[in-house]
Amino acid sequence: MILVYLIGILFVGGIFAWLSERLDSRYPRIIALVTILIDLFLMINLVQMEPSAGGWIASIEAPWIPRFGISFYLAVDGLSLLLLLLTGFLGVIAVGSAWEDIQERTGFFYFNLLWTLAGVLGVFSALDLFLFFFFWEVMLIPMYFIIAIWGHENKNYAAMKFFIFTQVTGMLMLVSIIALAFLNFSETGAFSFNYNDLLRLETSGLMGFWMMLGFFVSFTTKLPSVPFHSWLPDAHSQAPTAGSVILAGILLKTGAYGLIRFAVPLFPEASVSFAPFAMALAAFSILYCAKVAFAQTDIKRLIAYTSVSHMGFVTLGVYAWNELALQGAVMTMLAHGLSAAALFMLAGGLQHRIHTRNMEHMGGFWVKVPKMAVVAVFFSVAALGMPGLGNFIGEFLALLGAFQANILFTVIAAFGLIFASVYSLWVIQQVFHGEYRNSKFDDSHLSDLNNREMVYFFAMMIGLVWMGMYPQSFLNFSEPVIAELLSNMGTSLTTMVRN
Amino acid sequence: MTITLDDLIPLFPLLAATLTVVLAMVAVGIKRSYLLAAVITVGGLLIATVCAFGLLPGANFQVTPLLIIDEYSLFFTGITSLTAILVALLSYPYFADLDDHKEEYFLLLGLATVGAIVMVSSNHYVSAILGIETLSMSLYGMVAYPSNSDKSVKFSLEASVKYLILSAAASGFMLFGIALIYAQTGTLAFESVLAVEETPGLTSGFTIAALILLFVGVAFKLSLAPFHMWTPDVYEGAPLPATTYLATVGKMAMFIVFLRLVMDTQALQLESITFVISMIAVVSMLVGNLLALLQSNLKRILAYSSIAHMGYLLIAVVATYMSSGSVGIEAITFYLIAYVIMSLGAFGVASVISSSTNEFDGVEDYTGLFWRNPILAALFTGMLLSLAGIPLTVGFVGKFYIFFAGVESELWLLIGALIIGSGIGLYYYLRVIYIMILPREQRERFDISASQDFAPNSALLFLSILMILFGIYPAPLISIIEDISTFVL
Repeated sequence: MILVYLIGILFVGGIFAWLSERLDSRYPRIIALVTILIDLFLMINLVQMEPSAGGWIASIEAPWIPRFGISFYLAVDGLSLLLLLLTGFLGVIAVGSAWEDIQERTGFFYFNLLWTLAGVLGVFSALDLFLFFFFWEVMLIPMYFIIAIWGHENKNYAAMKFFIFTQVTGMLMLVSIIALAFLNFSETGAFSFNYNDLLRLETSGLMGFWMMLGFFVSFTTKLPSVPFHSWLPDAHSQAPTAGSVILAGILLKTGAYGLIRFAVPLFPEASVSFAPFAMALAAFSILYCAKVAFAQTDIKRLIAYTSVSHMGFVTLGVYAWNELALQGAVMTMLAHGLSAAALFMLAGGLQHRIHTRNMEHMGGFWVKVPKMAVVAVFFSVAALGMPGLGNFIGEFLALLGAFQANILFTVIAAFGLIFASVYSLWVIQQVFHGEYRNSKFDDSHLSDLNNREMVYFFAMMIGLVWMGMYPQSFLNFSEPVIAELLSNMGTSLTTMVRN
Repeated sequence: MTITLDDLIPLFPLLAATLTVVLAMVAVGIKRSYLLAAVITVGGLLIATVCAFGLLPGANFQVTPLLIIDEYSLFFTGITSLTAILVALLSYPYFADLDDHKEEYFLLLGLATVGAIVMVSSNHYVSAILGIETLSMSLYGMVAYPSNSDKSVKFSLEASVKYLILSAAASGFMLFGIALIYAQTGTLAFESVLAVEETPGLTSGFTIAALILLFVGVAFKLSLAPFHMWTPDVYEGAPLPATTYLATVGKMAMFIVFLRLVMDTQALQLESITFVISMIAVVSMLVGNLLALLQSNLKRILAYSSIAHMGYLLIAVVATYMSSGSVGIEAITFYLIAYVIMSLGAFGVASVISSSTNEFDGVEDYTGLFWRNPILAALFTGMLLSLAGIPLTVGFVGKFYIFFAGVESELWLLIGALIIGSGIGLYYYLRVIYIMILPREQRERFDISASQDFAPNSALLFLSILMILFGIYPAPLISIIEDISTFVL
C-alpha cells in the first residue's frame, strides 16, 4: 500500500496546491514542499524495510482491466528505490529553486510539478507494462505545461517538440508492449502485461528484434541519445529552472531505467545482437554532443548537450551488461541527476539575475558573485569526473565494465572525459574569469547566492561527495537487483558480447 | 407478416422516441413554448434510454425482417438517445435567444434520433436506408436552422444545401450498390455476398463493384477521405448544436450500420475490399490530420480530426476479419463511445460560450481561457487530450484498443499510419491548448458569465466525469462491451 500512498499523495497534493492559490499565492509552494517531504519520509521508511524473497521491498497487485490481463502492479526493489529517493530529493530541490522564481499562477505550477513527480514515481515502480506506459505518458502533460506556460521566449516550439518526440516514440513502445502481450497469449493462452510473465517469453528472431527496437527508440529518445536528442536542448533552454531540474535530474533517468529494467531483460537475444550498435551509438553520442556543447553560446543549451554526452555513458554501461558496467550506469544516473540539476539551477539563477543566457555577454563574475563562482566550479568539476565525487565513480565503473565488453567503443568513449574537462573549464573561464564588463546587460540585480540557494546547493554537494567517497552505500541497493537481472539473462549475453 | 404485441416490447425504445416527436409536435401546435418542447423531447428520450438499457439483458429479437433488436442494437439505441439528450441540454441556451420558430429544433432533433435508432437496429437494406434518410432529412433542417433569423450564423444555408446535395448523391451511390447486390443475392437482408457467386452471368467482380459503390456512399456519410470534402464546410456553416449532433450521433449510427453490413455480408473476405478499406483508412488518417494543421477555426479542426478518427476506426474494421474473436468489434464499440464522449465535450465547450447570435469558433477566441475560466478550460484541455489519446482519458483506452486490434491482426502498415497520424494530430490539439494558456488579452472576446446556465454545464460535467472514469477504470465498460460484441460476430 505504501507505494500507492507515495504516488497518491503527490496527485492529491497537486490538486490542493492548485486550489490553495485562491487563498494566497504563497500557499501552493508550502503545500508542494510539505507533500514532497511526506513522500521523502515514506521513502526513507522503505529504505529500512527488508526485501522479500524476490528482492522486492514493497509491492501491490490488483486487477485493473481484466479483459487484457492488465493489473495495477507496483513494486520496488533496490534499483527503483535509489531512483525514488533521487526523485524525492530533487523534488524538494525543484520546489526550492522555484520558490522565488515562479511568481505567476503559482497554484497551477506546483500542481504540474507534483503531477510530473507522481508520474515519474509511477514509472520507477510500475511492473505492469501497461501501467508503466500509462505513467510514462502521464508525466508528459504536466511537463508540457511547465515549459509552455513558465518557459522563455521560444516556449511553444520547445514544449511542442518535447511532447511530440516523446509521445510518438512512446507509441512505438506501446506497439511493442501489445505485441509482447500477444506473444504471451500465443504461448500461454492468456493476455498478460505483467513484467514477470513477459520475462519468461522467448523473444527471439526478427519479431523480437523489432519489438526491442520499439523500446529502445522510446527510451533513447527520453535518455536522450543521438539521433533522438534534438528536443532536449530546446526544452532545457526554454524551461523554467525548476522544469530543467526535473527534466535533467529525473525525467532523463526514466529512459535509462527503462533500458535497464525492460529493454534488455525482455529481449536478451535481440539486445545481444544490437549491443555493438548501441555502444557505438553511445560512444558517438558522447563525443558528438561534447563537441556540439563546446560550440554553444547559450549556457543552458551547453549544459543540455553535456547532459546528452554524459547519458551516453549510461547507454554504454547498460549495453555492456555486466555487473561493473551496470553499477556504473546506475551511479552515473544518480550523480548526473544531482550535478546536472545543480548546473541548470546555476544557469537559471544567472538568467534570473541578468536576463540573458548568452555567455559571450558574461565574464569576470568571480568578483561580483564569489559564492556562486565557487559553487559553479564545484559542480563543473563534478560533471567532468573529478575523483572523489559521484560522477567519477559512475563513469569510471561504466568504462571499466564496458572495456570487458567492447574495447574499441570504450576507448573511443573514454575520450569523452577529456572533452568534458575542456567544455566544463571553458564555461568557468567564460563566465567567471576575465575582466568584468556589464555593457551587454543590466547588472543591477546581480547579487550573490542567498541563504536559501546556498542550502540546496550545499545539500547537493553533500550528495555528490557522499557518492564519491562512499559509493558502496548506494551500490548495496542496486547490487542484488543487478545480480538478479544478470542471472535471469543467463550468461549468454555477456559471453556473446565478449566474443 | 403480422406484428404481435410481443414484437412491440423490444421496439419500445423506438416507439418511445417516435411518440416523443409526435407529442412535442402536438404540444408546439397548441402552445409555442421553447421550454415545454425541450422538456418533452428530453423526457421522452430519457424514457427511450432507460427502456433500451432495461430491455438489454438477454435481448435477441428479429422484429420483422427489418429490425434486429439484440443486446448490441439496444446498447447503441441507449447511447444514441443519451447522446441526443446531451446535445439537447447543451443546445438549450444556444437557441434560446433566436427570435422565432425555435421550438421546431427539438422536433428535428427527436426525429433525427428516431432515424439513428432505426439505423443501429437495422440488418436489412430497406431499414438502413430508411433510417439514414430520416436522420439526414432532419439534419438538413438542423444544419440550416438559424437561417430565418436576421442575426444568423453566416453560412448555415450554404452548408445545408451542400450537405443536402452531397448526401443525396451518396445515397444514390448506396442505392445503386444495393440494387446490384440485390441482383446478385435476391434478398435485401444483410446476407453473405460470397455464397452466391454462381449466379449465371455475374462474376465476383460484379459483387466487388456493388460493394464498392455501397462503401463509397458510406464513406461519404462517415466523411472518410477522399470523400470528405463536405465535412469542414458543413461543420463550420452549421450552428454548433447541429454540428455536434452530426459529429456524434450522425457518425456513430452510420458506423454501426457499416459494421453490421461488413460483418453480415462477409465483404472483407474479398481481398480487394479489404485493400480498399485499408487504403481509405490510411488516406483518412493522413489527410485528416495534415489538413487540420492548417485550420484556425475550431469547428474545422474538429471536422478534419473527425476524418482522422474515422480512419482509426477503420483499422479495427479491417481487424475484425483478420483476428479471431471479437477484439475488433470491441475496439470499434469502445472507440465509438469514447469518440462520442470527447466530441460532445469539445463541441459542448464551444456551445456553452456561444449563442445563435454569436458563435465563438475561432481558435484565437480561446486566448487565455485558462486564466479566465479555469474549470471550462481544464475540461476543454481534457477533451482535446482525450482526442489526442493521452492517458487518464477515455481516448487513451480507445486508442489502446485500436492498437490492440491492429497488432493482433498484424496490420503494420495501418499501425504505422496511425502512429504518424496521431503524431501530427498532437500538434493541432496542443496548439489549441497552448492558445488557452497564453496570457489573457485586454479585450475579452466573449462574456464568460454567459456560460452560467445550469443545463449545459451539468451536461459538460457529466461528460468530463465519464471521460476520466472510463480513462482510469474502463473495466466495467469493457466487460459490457465484451458481452454485447458477440452479437455482431
